[in-house]
Amino acid sequence: MLSVFILAPFAGSLIAIFFPSDQRGATAWFAGAIALLCFLVAAGLYPFVTSGGVLRYELAWMPELGLNFTLRMDGFAWLFTVLVTAIGVLVVLYARYYMAAEDPVPRFLALFLAFMGSMLGVVLSGNLILLAVFWELTSIVSFLLIGYWHHNAHARDGARMALTMTGMGGLCMLVGLLIMGRIVGSYDLDVVLASGDTIRNHPLYVTMLILILLGALTKSAQFPFHFWLPHAMAAPTPVSAYLHSATMVKAGVFLLVRFWPVMAGTEAWFWIVGLAGLTTLLLGAYFAIFQQDLKGLLAYSTISHLGLITVLLSLGSPLAAVAAVFHIVNHATFKASLFMAAGIIDHETGTRDMRKLGGLIRYMPGTAVLAMVASAAMAGVPLLNGFISKEMFFAEAIETHQANLLDAITPYVATLAGMFAVTYSLRFIHSVFFGQTPSDLPKIPHEPPRWMRAPIEFLVLACLVVGIIPAITIGPFLHTAVVSILGASTPQYSLSVWHGWNLPLIMSCVALLGGVGLYFLMKNYLATSTEGPPVFRLLHGQRIFERVLVTLSWKWARSLEQRLGTRRLQPQMRFLVFVAIVAGALPLLLNRFELPPLLVRGIDPAFALLWAIGIACAVGAAYQAKFHRLVALVLLGGAGLVTCITFVWLSAPDLAVTQLLVEIVTTVLILLGLRWLPKRIEDTQELELLSLRVRLRRLRDFLLAIVAGGGVALIAYTVMTRPMPETIASYFLERAYKEGGGTNVVNVILVDFRGFDTLGEIAVLAIVALTVFALLLRFRPQADSLEAPEQQQVQNAFDDDHPDRAKGDSVAEYLFVPSVIMRWMFPVSGMLAAYLFLRGHDLPGGGFAAGIAMSIGFILQYMSGGTRWVEERLRIHPLRWMGIGIIVAAATGIGSWLFGYPFLTSHAQYVTLPIVGKFPLASAIFFDLGVFSLVVGATVLILIALAHQSIRAPRAHARVLRAGKEAK
Amino acid sequence: MEIILSAAIGVLTASGVYLLLRPRTYQVIIGLSLLSYAVNLFIFSMGRLRVNAPPILDPGGVGDLSRYTDPVPQALVLTAIVIGFAMTALFLVVLLASRGFTGTDHVDGREQRSD
Repeated sequence: MLSVFILAPFAGSLIAIFFPSDQRGATAWFAGAIALLCFLVAAGLYPFVTSGGVLRYELAWMPELGLNFTLRMDGFAWLFTVLVTAIGVLVVLYARYYMAAEDPVPRFLALFLAFMGSMLGVVLSGNLILLAVFWELTSIVSFLLIGYWHHNAHARDGARMALTMTGMGGLCMLVGLLIMGRIVGSYDLDVVLASGDTIRNHPLYVTMLILILLGALTKSAQFPFHFWLPHAMAAPTPVSAYLHSATMVKAGVFLLVRFWPVMAGTEAWFWIVGLAGLTTLLLGAYFAIFQQDLKGLLAYSTISHLGLITVLLSLGSPLAAVAAVFHIVNHATFKASLFMAAGIIDHETGTRDMRKLGGLIRYMPGTAVLAMVASAAMAGVPLLNGFISKEMFFAEAIETHQANLLDAITPYVATLAGMFAVTYSLRFIHSVFFGQTPSDLPKIPHEPPRWMRAPIEFLVLACLVVGIIPAITIGPFLHTAVVSILGASTPQYSLSVWHGWNLPLIMSCVALLGGVGLYFLMKNYLATSTEGPPVFRLLHGQRIFERVLVTLSWKWARSLEQRLGTRRLQPQMRFLVFVAIVAGALPLLLNRFELPPLLVRGIDPAFALLWAIGIACAVGAAYQAKFHRLVALVLLGGAGLVTCITFVWLSAPDLAVTQLLVEIVTTVLILLGLRWLPKRIEDTQELELLSLRVRLRRLRDFLLAIVAGGGVALIAYTVMTRPMPETIASYFLERAYKEGGGTNVVNVILVDFRGFDTLGEIAVLAIVALTVFALLLRFRPQADSLEAPEQQQVQNAFDDDHPDRAKGDSVAEYLFVPSVIMRWMFPVSGMLAAYLFLRGHDLPGGGFAAGIAMSIGFILQYMSGGTRWVEERLRIHPLRWMGIGIIVAAATGIGSWLFGYPFLTSHAQYVTLPIVGKFPLASAIFFDLGVFSLVVGATVLILIALAHQSIRAPRAHARVLRAGKEAK
Repeated sequence: MEIILSAAIGVLTASGVYLLLRPRTYQVIIGLSLLSYAVNLFIFSMGRLRVNAPPILDPGGVGDLSRYTDPVPQALVLTAIVIGFAMTALFLVVLLASRGFTGTDHVDGREQRSD
């Protein structure tokens, strides 16, 4: 049942994005229906929750890491769920009328639903990690929502700032939650909530507290992280109404309440949370007075009210926690309605600047009345819901919780902030709805559509009803929520309007009268002043934030790059080699590495001779790579062949076969590439004296190479002369035949035991082939490589000199006999491939070797006949080979699901075929077939793509020549 | 045997590393190829050197496991050979494309002081 709250919004979001953008009504109906569905489901769950039950839904995700998809609903989560979904429904209804025709509404509502899903995820998570995941999701989706009007620079900046702040906080919180999970030994919320004492007494408590608070305080826009919230006002008003009343910013205080039972009550908690909350409460309210933008005023007021909730939570008394939960609900109702009212005013007049507005009560009396009631609730006027929770706050502020300065000043700060709240609430109403009607409004205002006002009417009604008869309306729900947090320590509290003449009421009166007085004192100043409070307006949070960002991500990064970075490859490689040497040598030196005794016995002279040749080839290749590329390639092939023979010698036939075949393909490949490389630049100074620097550089590289080579040789020798410990090899040897059904253990490992790795490997091969293909599509050879190769030019010149020969004859006759043989070899190489493939499971061979053998067969045809000749006769579709290969391999893996086994489980059996005889048929052979097909496709694709350049080049050459002529 | 093979690995590595530090793309590709021989032999040698040991199981009965060669390094090297080929192919085409775009075969895409 609980999964509905996550599934429905996210699935709905996915569907909503596909609505046509002119279908405003239909999309809104759809999104509204989803939100309503969630609301109704939540309402239906109330009877269960109110009896103290905790609903759980668990889906194993990574149980060995303690990470499960656990959803959990207790009374508090229920209250939040209802708040999120109910205000969600209202905001959708409002947005239906608010959004302009040219705004892509489906995108908006899709994001909106995704946000609702993430927020419900935060509320309902029963696992700490899952909580962090949904927490980040709210940050990301809110980024997209705030930046919804992405053509507007303000919206983009605001969105980025919100993401940076809340994302950074979220990251800290994740670390904090990980520590918490480590302290408790479980990430399960129920376990965490049951181990408060363990958490509070742990040495890492303060670290964890600070990290988690960083997450909560940034999200709830608490001082000094508050500045992102006013900038987020660039969002469409429905977004502000939702994010900054019931959801996004409430996530922070939600988290504080959630962990209140296990983290609160310590001195560290009191100081950090209390200081942040008290500062925010006062500064937010003070700044709100001086805003000229309607939404700016509401934004600072939101900050201030969140500060109030935070202060309540900091006190550590159960009664204060009750007040905090109550105020969360109250604030959500009146603030959502006020944002909507501000949106209507903006919508109908075209401005939100309070200096330009005035006298609107004559044009929109209905909206005016609603806004007045809501802002009275914000100010804490009696008979409205804001009053009751504010009274509770005042009552708690007077109480002494900890004997220190912070606790002592709380009541005074609270009264002062309450006074400011009255002032800005009054200002909101007075400057917009009363006074002179301005003449320069962009539009003539009138009442909004009937249904645009309906959500506000509903919310204001809620403010009134809760404010007058709290015990009957909100009482039971609040009680359910509070009991789920506080459990047995739930205090006695009374929700009534009249508590008699007591200190809190006097504080309220002082705040009300003082606030009204303050407003009338400042009225004239405010009517003309610039945005922001005096003195503080010089101190822009945004500017500081941006300066920090610029310094970090631009200035420091640049100077670091200038000092440490280089665009040249050689120093980087040199550094890499150096680090590799150090990293290799350090552990050996630290562990007092001892040289193994040098054993010269048991040397086979033939093997020694073989490697004498191999070493000569390697050194020769290294020397010749600069002077003569072809020679270097041949020498490289020599070293490869020696390696190949070594594999045969040392009982690794599979490797030898594969190495040999790959060697052939690599050589062909590089030969094809040689044509496009430039001639070497003859160093003129080379014959004179090489400069000392160049010589030194070469010497340094040479020494590096010697050290690297010597080190590797030493390590190799040391390991080889030690006895073999017990390894996993015996596991494979024992099971290869019994369970894999093949006697060639190497092949069985590749296609069966480690089939998943092989699948990844062939995918890499496919990606490389496609990349090569794509790179070569745009290949533009240099002008000096465009002409036909020198040899062909000589041959053509020979034809021209002899009248009995046509041009091109010599080229065609070149290597005539070998090419006939090569053509005849095609079926043979096909046969060889089939042979290697079929015997692979039991004897050396297999899909890799067979695939490369097959592609050699193809490429031989290209070499003998030329590209055009082959392609007239034989169409190879390498892409299809590759596609079929990867599908077959993956399908074999998936096939084992049908029989209820994990991915890529193989089944082996022997079948008897006529003529062939007894034949091992493991399901792994189909996997190997996929490997084979893909290797053929990939290899042929790479080679053909490169070979094709020779055909394209003459055309390109002709184009260049033509262009040159036209230019003349 | 061990001393020869480890010397061979050392020389292959040294030649490869030296070429890796050279300025011409072709030198680097040859160096990478030499280095991959060295690495393949190195991984292979971790299973110890066995002459004339059977790499294929006896279907009649597996028997003493120490008779056989170590299949794990072999399987690793088999994979490494194929991936090495893919890497060489990709690098070759990148160097050709870079030469086509920049007009030089210097690793930085522009000529530096000669060395």
